[in-house]
Amino acid sequence: MANVLAFAETRGGELRKVAFETVTAARKLADASGGGEVHVLLAGEPGIASRAEQLGKYGADVVYVAESADFARFARESLAATLADRAKAGSYRAVVLGFSAQGRDLGPRVAARLDAPIVSDVTDFTVSGDSITVKHPAYANKVIMSLTVTGSPVVLSVRPSAFTAVEAPKAARVETIHATPASGPTITVTEVKEGAKGRPDLGEASIIISGGRGLKAKENFKLVEDLADAFGNAAVGATRAVTDDGWRPHSDQIGQTGRQVSPQLYVAVGISGAIQHLAGMRSSRTIVAINKDKEAPIFKVADYGIVGDAAEVVPALTAAIKEVRKGH
Amino acid sequence: MGVPTVKIAVCIKRTPDSESRFRIAASSAAIDETGLKFDIDDFAGYAVEAALQINEKSGGGETVVYALGPDNVQESLRKAMSMGADRAVQLKTDTVPVDGIAVAKALAAELKSGGYDLILFGKHAFDTSAGVVGTAVAELLGLPCVTAASQLSLENGKGTARRELEGAAELVTFPLPAVVTIDEGVARPRYPSLKGIMAAKKKPLESKPAQLGTVRVTVAKAELPPERPAGRIIGEGAAAVPELVRLLQTEAKVL
Repeated sequence: MANVLAFAETRGGELRKVAFETVTAARKLADASGGGEVHVLLAGEPGIASRAEQLGKYGADVVYVAESADFARFARESLAATLADRAKAGSYRAVVLGFSAQGRDLGPRVAARLDAPIVSDVTDFTVSGDSITVKHPAYANKVIMSLTVTGSPVVLSVRPSAFTAVEAPKAARVETIHATPASGPTITVTEVKEGAKGRPDLGEASIIISGGRGLKAKENFKLVEDLADAFGNAAVGATRAVTDDGWRPHSDQIGQTGRQVSPQLYVAVGISGAIQHLAGMRSSRTIVAINKDKEAPIFKVADYGIVGDAAEVVPALTAAIKEVRKGH
Repeated sequence: MGVPTVKIAVCIKRTPDSESRFRIAASSAAIDETGLKFDIDDFAGYAVEAALQINEKSGGGETVVYALGPDNVQESLRKAMSMGADRAVQLKTDTVPVDGIAVAKALAAELKSGGYDLILFGKHAFDTSAGVVGTAVAELLGLPCVTAASQLSLENGKGTARRELEGAAELVTFPLPAVVTIDEGVARPRYPSLKGIMAAKKKPLESKPAQLGTVRVTVAKAELPPERPAGRIIGEGAAAVPELVRLLQTEAKVL
């Protein structure tokens, strides 16, 4: 029996979706290790303690709350130190984080501080005695590696959306702990620029509408925006060609060097399907492609392809989706 | 000049061309490298370029490239020198472990006494796609670390950077010395000039054994992801939209 420590990611005073997925993954790991407890570190601005109860719903036995005004922004050095100190204070089998912007940053810091091995971007795992074997998509999702990691604790970061958050209600015991301040020189966050409001993040959206060069001009991205609006809660992505040209911000790029996504539905508009782009979206559940060139490689991976000009097909699809959703 | 010069280390990795079609080796625990083209990893290439631009701007300083691995990494180190890096160090191992902490220990031991103002890495390498080594080196050396910087500049001994978050971006400042891991967007790597290639042949490349940490992560198996079923074109133009909507409702059940 061994306990597992999970990091509950927050931003703007709210728990992020990946926080619940992380707790679910930690619960699964604790169960597979003989049924230990799941302990969660919830670190945030004063007041964050009110979110602890939500973590119990997903199977946290204990929530350690560390409140600090420093955590209003991503105080990475202090967060890593707090998480590592909590990990040292318990005898944990593993420390689990999300492989998100925050978790990618914190995971290696915590591993180095604990002198623990780390496996990143994990989509599944099995436990066998002293070793844990994880699935990790490598080579930009083109090769699936099974990695065996030995030692205790291990640091494990889970791919967002790979583990579906599952409710497993517990009356989590809440304990207040002190945030560990940074011990050395630190980074100062001078500004956080929020992206477009009102749309879900690409990593969290169940529907993504993406545009490419086939849209011909920056203004025509309105077609993509309108279709996303018709679906309701859809995110908007773009190809590298489009972000390189400045039609869309770099952060919207889906592909090998951008975001890697696997939504329920991915609609590719005016996207030819370069390998670079496919690497970022080919694990989507259902792929729709709209492209003028019927030879475009995107049609090789599209479950449903329509050959045609985006300017003609997309408005028709937008109208049809609006009509269907009217009844909802 | 007025701009202080800096000494920069760039740690690079040699990875296969990302556009390749991969096969699994007979061992079932690695890719088959036959016929693959290897080069400096994309993100490490941006890091080399970023270092060269910083030193060109100040008109001085030094850029030293490091790579851990067998002798074939010398080719990548030579290429970085042909782009303009001043010298190179190979930390020799038979293979490159997938254990990022073990690799970080070897690099940290080497970089500790280097007197670097800035140590750059790619944000992750294409092959392992893990993004551990740079940040772990910073922790082991007790240096501040900016991860996944998409913009980077130095002024008056202080750095500024931008990081892309999910749906937002963060602007940061940091003191030197520091470690920065580089995302796309910082700088497009230059092609080596003929003059650069000739010059690189005479630049120093030192090779010494790596002091790897204990390897605790190993590859048990490598496999290709399941193929998607072959694509299907359902029609042409706006006339195909009703059929698409029907399929999304009844077959894919996403509406």
